[in-house]
Amino acid sequence: MVQTKKGKSASGAGALSQSTHDLPDNQLIRAYKEMLFYRLFEERVLIAYTQGKFSGFCHLHIGQEALCVGVQHALQPGDYVFSELLGKVTGCSRGKGGSMHMFSKEHRFLGGHGIVGGQVPLATGVGFAIKYRKEPDIMVCYLGDAATNQGQFFESLNMAACWQLPVLFVIENNKYGMGTAISRTTSIKNLSDRALAFNMKHSQVDAMNYSTVFHHVDEIVKNMRSKNEPYLLEALTYRYKGHSVSDPATYRSKEEVKEYQARDPILTLGAVLVAKKLCTEQDLELFEEEARAKIKEAEDFADNSANPDDKEAWMHVYSD
Amino acid sequence: MAIMTIREALNQAMAEEMRRDTSIFLMGEEVAEYDGAYKVTKGLLKEFGPERVIDSPISEGGFAGLAVGAAMAGLRPIIEMMTWNFGIQAFDQIINHAAKMLYMSGGQFPIPAVFRGPNGAAHMLSSQHSQAYEAMLTNVPGLKVVSPGTPYDCKGLLKASIRDNNPVIFLESEMMYGFKGEVPDEEYLIPIGKGDIKRAGSDITLIAWNKRLQDALKTADILEKEGISVEVIDPRTLLPLDEELIFASVSKTHRVVIYEEAYGFASVGAQISDRIQKECFDQLDAPVTRVTQEFCHVPYNEHLESLILPDISRCVAAVKEVMYL
Repeated sequence: MVQTKKGKSASGAGALSQSTHDLPDNQLIRAYKEMLFYRLFEERVLIAYTQGKFSGFCHLHIGQEALCVGVQHALQPGDYVFSELLGKVTGCSRGKGGSMHMFSKEHRFLGGHGIVGGQVPLATGVGFAIKYRKEPDIMVCYLGDAATNQGQFFESLNMAACWQLPVLFVIENNKYGMGTAISRTTSIKNLSDRALAFNMKHSQVDAMNYSTVFHHVDEIVKNMRSKNEPYLLEALTYRYKGHSVSDPATYRSKEEVKEYQARDPILTLGAVLVAKKLCTEQDLELFEEEARAKIKEAEDFADNSANPDDKEAWMHVYSD
Repeated sequence: MAIMTIREALNQAMAEEMRRDTSIFLMGEEVAEYDGAYKVTKGLLKEFGPERVIDSPISEGGFAGLAVGAAMAGLRPIIEMMTWNFGIQAFDQIINHAAKMLYMSGGQFPIPAVFRGPNGAAHMLSSQHSQAYEAMLTNVPGLKVVSPGTPYDCKGLLKASIRDNNPVIFLESEMMYGFKGEVPDEEYLIPIGKGDIKRAGSDITLIAWNKRLQDALKTADILEKEGISVEVIDPRTLLPLDEELIFASVSKTHRVVIYEEAYGFASVGAQISDRIQKECFDQLDAPVTRVTQEFCHVPYNEHLESLILPDISRCVAAVKEVMYL
C-alpha cells in the first residue's frame, strides 16, 4: 500500500492503454534501470534464501516489475529491504516484520501485510483520512488476483465508491493465487468488472510493458485528482517463479511461462532503448553492473548490520 | 503397526472416513489439485474426485459459512484452514453461527463440521503467521477443540472429530507434519475429551499438548538424569478438558507445571491452573507454575523469536522452581 503526495506527474501523458514508448529519454532509461534493479535484487534474494541466509517464506515478484515501476512513476514520489530479510535492526521494520511485513513511513509505504486481502480495508481507511483532512493525496492499494475473492475486498469497494474515497485499487493479476489458477475459483473473467457492482470506474492494463502502465496510470491518477473518486485497475501480469520458493509451480505449463518471458518488460524496454539509440548494448551491460554493485552494497550492509537488541522483542506492542 | 508422519496419519483419517460416509466433503485453499499447502490432503482429489475435494477461493469467511450451511442441510464438511492465522477471518461464521446454531434452533440444527489446520508459530514467519489461537477458541461453548501431538492421536482424534455431531476445531502444527510415530494397521478411534499419560512419573506433573508435547518429553528426559521423575500429561483435547486425568496426576505428584505455546493471559493453561487450585488445593506442595509465550507478537528475527517463544530450557527451569531445587 502506497500513499502518494500530490505532485506533478511526469510529462508525456497519453491516452488510456497507449503502449508506445514515446516517453522522455531519461524517464525510459530510469525505468529500465529500476526494473532491472528489482529483477536482479530478487534474483540475489533467491540465492541468499537458498543459501540459508534467512528463513521463513520467500515470495518473489520476478516478471511483474513493469507494474510497480510504471505506477510509481505515474505517482512521483529502498535499500533497507535486504536488512529486513535478514532480520537485522537496520531493516525497514527493524527486523521484526520480515519479507511479509515491510513498512516505511518515510516513503509513505504502509505495508506489507501477510493476510490475503487484509490491506484493502486499511487502504480504504487511508483514503477516508485523506478525504477527511481534505488532503490532495491518493492512496494506492496493491492486491493479488485471489484477494478479490475475500469479503473485505467487496466491502471496501462499496465504501470507497459510496463515499468517493481517493483510492486506486490495483489488482495485480498474475493468473494464480498460490497454486490455483484464478479462473478456477472466480466466476468472472475480467476481475476489473467487479467494479460494475459498485458503480466504480475501472479498466485493465497490460502490465508487462512499462510505458503502457505509465500512460494508463498517469491518465487515471489525473482524473482521480480532479474528481476525487476511487478506481479499480486490473493489471495483467505474470510471475515467473512459484508462489514462494518452496512452490515448484507444476500447475502451469512451461510454454505459458515462456510465452510471458518472451514479452519480458525489461528485455522489451532494453530493446526500445537500443532501437531509439538512447543506449548501446554496452550501456545496458553497464547498468546491470551498476545494479549488481548496488545490490551487493545492500547485502553487505545487511550482513554487517546488528541483530535487534533483545529488548526489541517486547517493544512496540503498545504505543506510549 | 506402521511408522508414519502426522501428515500421513491425518490424510489416512480423512480418506478412511470419506470412504465410509459419502456425506463428508473436504474444502479449502489448495486442498485438491495442489494436494494441500502442506500436502496433508495428498491424493484425496484423485480418490474422491472434484465433487468431494474442492479447491476454494481465498474466502475463509465464505467457505466456513458454506460449511455451516451444508451441515445444516445434512452434509459433514471438513474445512482446511491453510493456517489458523487465516482461519480467524472465519471467526464470525465459526463462533456466531457454527457454535450457536444448535442452541439457537432449540436443538434442531446440529453442525457436524471439522475446521482443521495448523496453529501457532512455525519459524520466522513474523506476527501475522505465528499466533496460537486455542484460548480464543476454547472460550466458546458449542465448539470442541482438539490439539493432538502424535501421529497415533492425530489419526484417532481426527476420525472421531469427523464423526462428532458438533463443530470441532482441530489444531495442527506446520512444524509437526513430518513428525513420525506408530499407528496401528486396524481401525481405531480416540474419544474426544480423553487425555493421555505420555510418560509416567512420580515427582511432578508436566502438562503439554501439540508440538510442545515433544519438548515436555525431552524435559522429562533431561530431569530424569538429575533424579527428578516427571509425569507428562497430554490432554489431547482442550475443550472438553479431561480434568479427572489431570487431578489424578496432581494428586499423585503434588506439583505441576503447565507448558503451552500461547500467551499466558487468559490461556488454556490459566484455566487448567484454576481448576487444579480449586479441586486439588490440599494436594499441592507448590504453586502451579506456567511456561507460556511472552505477551508480545512473534517477531521475524530468529533470535528475537526464540526469546519470546517458550522452550525446553524454560520448562526445565520451571520444573526445578516448583521442586524448590
